[in-house]
Amino acid sequence: MSGGTNATGTAPKVSSVRLLSTMGGAGALAGLLIVLVYQFTLPTVLANRAARLETAILQVVPGSTRYDTLYVVEGALTATLPPGADARKLDKVYLGVSEAGGATGFAIPTSQAGFQDVIEIIFGYDPGKPGTLGLVILSSRETPGLGDKIEAPRWLAQFTTLTTPLTAVKAGAAQNPGDAQMITGATISSRTVIAAINKALERWTPILAAYRAGGTS
Amino acid sequence: MMDLALIFVSALVINNFVLAYFLGLCPFLGVSSRVDTALRLGLATTFVMLVASIAAWALNTFVLENAPYLRVISFIVVIASMVQIVELLIKKTSPTLFRELGIYLPLITTNCAILGLAIFQTNRGYNFVQGFTFAVGAGLGFTMVMILMASLRVQTELARVPALLKGPALVFLLAATLSMAFMGFAGLFS
Amino acid sequence: MTTAPGPAASELLLRGIWRENPVLVATLGLCPTLAVTNSIANSLTMGIATLCVLVCSSVLVSSARKYVPNQVRISTYILIIATFVTLADMVLEAIVPAIHKALGAFIALIVVNCMILGRQEAFASKNTVGRSAMDALGVGAGFTLTLLLMGAPRELLGAGSLLGYNVMGPRFEPWVIMILPPGGFLMIGLLLIGKNWWALRTAQPKAERIAAMAAARAAAAQPAQARTREGALV
Repeated sequence: MSGGTNATGTAPKVSSVRLLSTMGGAGALAGLLIVLVYQFTLPTVLANRAARLETAILQVVPGSTRYDTLYVVEGALTATLPPGADARKLDKVYLGVSEAGGATGFAIPTSQAGFQDVIEIIFGYDPGKPGTLGLVILSSRETPGLGDKIEAPRWLAQFTTLTTPLTAVKAGAAQNPGDAQMITGATISSRTVIAAINKALERWTPILAAYRAGGTS
Repeated sequence: MMDLALIFVSALVINNFVLAYFLGLCPFLGVSSRVDTALRLGLATTFVMLVASIAAWALNTFVLENAPYLRVISFIVVIASMVQIVELLIKKTSPTLFRELGIYLPLITTNCAILGLAIFQTNRGYNFVQGFTFAVGAGLGFTMVMILMASLRVQTELARVPALLKGPALVFLLAATLSMAFMGFAGLFS
Repeated sequence: MTTAPGPAASELLLRGIWRENPVLVATLGLCPTLAVTNSIANSLTMGIATLCVLVCSSVLVSSARKYVPNQVRISTYILIIATFVTLADMVLEAIVPAIHKALGAFIALIVVNCMILGRQEAFASKNTVGRSAMDALGVGAGFTLTLLLMGAPRELLGAGSLLGYNVMGPRFEPWVIMILPPGGFLMIGLLLIGKNWWALRTAQPKAERIAAMAAARAAAAQPAQARTREGALV
């Protein structure tokens, strides 16, 4: 039976059943292995992802100890998923909740094209002020040493106190409470982040207002 | 519309598959010493990328929604078979086109740029039109870099190259300068 | 180890590391070599993941080599490799999520690393399980070492650090280009120049080099003789 491997030129006639059963067997083995390892690693993977999201949310909405996920269904926010809906496909914002159970602010994820590639961020928003509560860069491929300064904690810190809408100003030129300073040497990347926040708020403000008016807050 | 233009230009030059993601280096090294061959290979790759993009979109939408762990296996199997079917179709319907592009098709199937395209498209959650635009951009970007490289290599064949630099070493140093030049495209959209 | 013909097991292990180094000698598996080597941690993770996929695939392919018909062997190999790549992807996401995120699509792209399919077709499909495992270990180790050879200088020059620890001091201005894509091309170019230099040196042992020099000197003297002969003819 070793003819299967070393036959070159004079390939022996092999029945299709044999070919099919080989592929079928290999496929079954592959499926079995993958499903086993998937079941084994899935809890850790999900926990990792959830932990990453939770860390970001609790960081951008200070004072929260946990968060609720709000889904956009037919233009309005709801905390309960309608039956049959796929959570992965719905737009989401997160509502930070303090230890006492009060709402601390919204965490809004958004993205915009930066210098090199799309920058993904999540920021905290207090509609009462209105203003930002914090900012975390989820992913970016900006130039190391230049554009990636947008990930520096010193720059991100200013977003804890700004009022919206934001105005992008030069580094050191902030005068009004809505002035967000850009970074020298990372002007485009920092301006992109500031613009992304304004653009996201344009879209979310009415939705959040409607939720707060009709909601239980 | 802006969105599609961004995807297209990003794949074409800013995040060029060869110069920024290092995908498709085997043909880049192997076939890039003649300009007309480079052009044909590039166009054939663009074509396979379109097929792969459509296949990946269909798989993601209809099959893999609840089985993300089968992604790699199904992509590679389906893309390879799709390309073979398309190859047969071209052979039947247009022998001229087959002569121009056909010989490259089996080579391209195992090119990492093809699987890379399918995976990037999935990771970024592109829909059908976005995926199509991405594939056209990536394919034309690949073609452009292949032609650039082939033109450079035609020159180096006539030049007297030091023995130390001969072979792939020189190609990589040329690629490094090209890649540096392409960095200038970053920031086109912001 | 069985007493099969061909090179010994230790030889199998070593030749993949140096004489038949998959990247530097055969220029295989270039895409991950350039794409993920902007830091040592990324290089090491990618190298080990590839090594595991290669060893597992080789063991499985060589143990099933008598049962796989010739006509479907490539498809079977690809299926096997893709399976182990999927497993590696899931395991990495569970144990090192940060590096998994940094490597991104390139983990899945291990599947099209021609080096792996090449070893199945050229070695594992014709040899015993033990010898295939040795061969795979050698080639995988050679691949990992090359990735480190790329990653260490790139991280050192591009970020001024090794494994994330700053070693160049605060006054060092990083050569950012080294961790950007051009740096990858530059680094592999330099490594290949180094390999060419080594090949040129070792291809000509010392005695031969002396002989070559003597021949060159003789050749330099030749035209004079030719001229005189020409003169004699006239």
